[in-house]
Formats: sequence, C-alpha cells, structure tokens
Amino acid sequence: MSDTTHHIVSYRTYGLILVLLLILTGISVAVTQIELTRWATIVALLLATTKSSIVLAVFMHLKFDQKVYRVMAIFVVMVIVAVIVLTFFDYGFR
Amino acid sequence: MSDSIAHHDEHRDDEASKLGIWLFIFTELLFFGGLFITYAVYRHAHPQAFHLAAQQLDVAVGTINTVILLISSMTIAMSITAMQKKDKRTTLILIGITLLLALVFLVNKYFEWSGKIDHGIWPGSPLLEELGRGDTLFFGLYFFMTGLHALHIIIGMVLIIVIYVRVQKGKITFDNFQLLENGGLYWHLVDLIWIFLFPLFYLIT
Repeated sequence: MSDTTHHIVSYRTYGLILVLLLILTGISVAVTQIELTRWATIVALLLATTKSSIVLAVFMHLKFDQKVYRVMAIFVVMVIVAVIVLTFFDYGFR
Repeated sequence: MSDSIAHHDEHRDDEASKLGIWLFIFTELLFFGGLFITYAVYRHAHPQAFHLAAQQLDVAVGTINTVILLISSMTIAMSITAMQKKDKRTTLILIGITLLLALVFLVNKYFEWSGKIDHGIWPGSPLLEELGRGDTLFFGLYFFMTGLHALHIIIGMVLIIVIYVRVQKGKITFDNFQLLENGGLYWHLVDLIWIFLFPLFYLIT
C-alpha cells in the first residue's frame, strides 16, 4: 500500500503559493483598515480560512498525500465548526 | 540503538510516523479551537471594549510577523524538496533560514510584549482592572493565546535544530526524511494558528 513514489513539489510551486498567501494577507489588511465594519470581519475570516486551506493543501502536502489525511482533516475542521455554531445558537438566543 | 551500520531490514514505518504527527496536529487544532471559541464568546459579550482594545495593537508588527511566518513555512517546505533532490547543502540552508525567521518572529514578539507591559498592560495589572472587564478579557486572551503560540514557536525551533543536526550528520537522508517532514508539518501548524490569531487580534477592530 505505501507508495514509495513520493511526490516532489517544485520550488516554483512553493514560491507561487507564498506570493498568493502574501497577496491574500495584503487584501485582509487593506479590507480591515478601511471602515467596512461587519463585512470586514467576515471578509478577514474568509481570507484566513482560504489561506489556511492553501497551507494545508500545498505546504502540508494534503493535496498529494493519501486520501485518509484529507478525510481526517476535514472531519476535525467540521467538529470545530459544529462547536462554534452550537455555541452561537446558545449565545445568540439568550 | 547505537550508531550501527545501516540495516537494510531495519524496521521503519514512515506512514505510521506521519499519521502520528497528524493526530497530534488535530489535538492541537482542537485545543486552539477551544480558545478561539472562548475569544468569540467574550467578544460577543463585550463588543465595545474588544473593539477599542484591539485598536491598541500594532497592525504593522502583526503584519510583519505574518509575512515572516509565511516565508518560514515556505522555506521548510522547500527544504523537503531539496532533500528529495539529494541536495543536502540547500536543505541545510533552507532549514537555517527557517530557524532565523523563527528567531526574528520571537524578537518582534518580545518588543511587542515589552511595549504593552511598559504601558501598564499585563495580565492582572492595576490599569486593566481600572479599564474594566472587557479589556481585562481581551488582553488576558491576547497574552495567553499569543504566549501559547510563542511557546509553540520555541518548541518548533528546538525540533528544527534537532533536524538540522541530523541532516548534517547524514542521519536524515533523501530516502529517510520522515523526521524532516514531521518537523515541517509541525511548523506549518504554528503558521496555521497564527493565520487566525492575526486577523482576530490585530485586524478586526
């Protein structure tokens, strides 16, 4: 089962991914510096989620690894999201 | 045991090793997840105080530290590519850069914390007591969460130093680099956590 053909990610790919992450960081700083109140919060969190997905997929090799790691990672993220949603169902309706 | 001649029948299970570090990473994510929920609930309870308190954090310092961590994540990822290409020299250089960036991050953090403490803000300080509950909670979470994150940086640095030495000694090689990969995964976790700490404490005001 364990495939010995380890995927080699090129320096170029990593470089491009870094540029993309830096651009997303720049956007989140810019968006929150101009007053957009509620929207800025949502955009900043969406950008953070996008950035972390990119880090998980490429830097952490989830994209190239066996499927089981992806399934587990998605499960853990869903657990955290579920707890956040449940917490705010509680706090939101007090 | 002992630095024996490489046994070709040596027992090694890279896949299990990787599974182990991933399980550990998941526990860390849930751990920080709990703290993020705490933050969200207190922010919900004290919106005004959190809004004003967050404005006291320096966006520039936060942004610089974000950039530093993103670059260091890339260099440690690249070091695996270098290792796979049997390029030991580049591997060591890339690991070295990662360590250096980690150190710069901590120096920035040191100055940031000293600045806050000089202004009378530290957990349980008289000034915070005067400012009220919201500020106490915000800065309490700020010191605890960024402090815990900094602790992870320090642990990551120790791990990466061990890896550096082992690569240099030829114990981590192109056909046996699971430790390097695990160290990389841990380092990316540190980056992941910061990706969320940064907007929550510095950006959303």
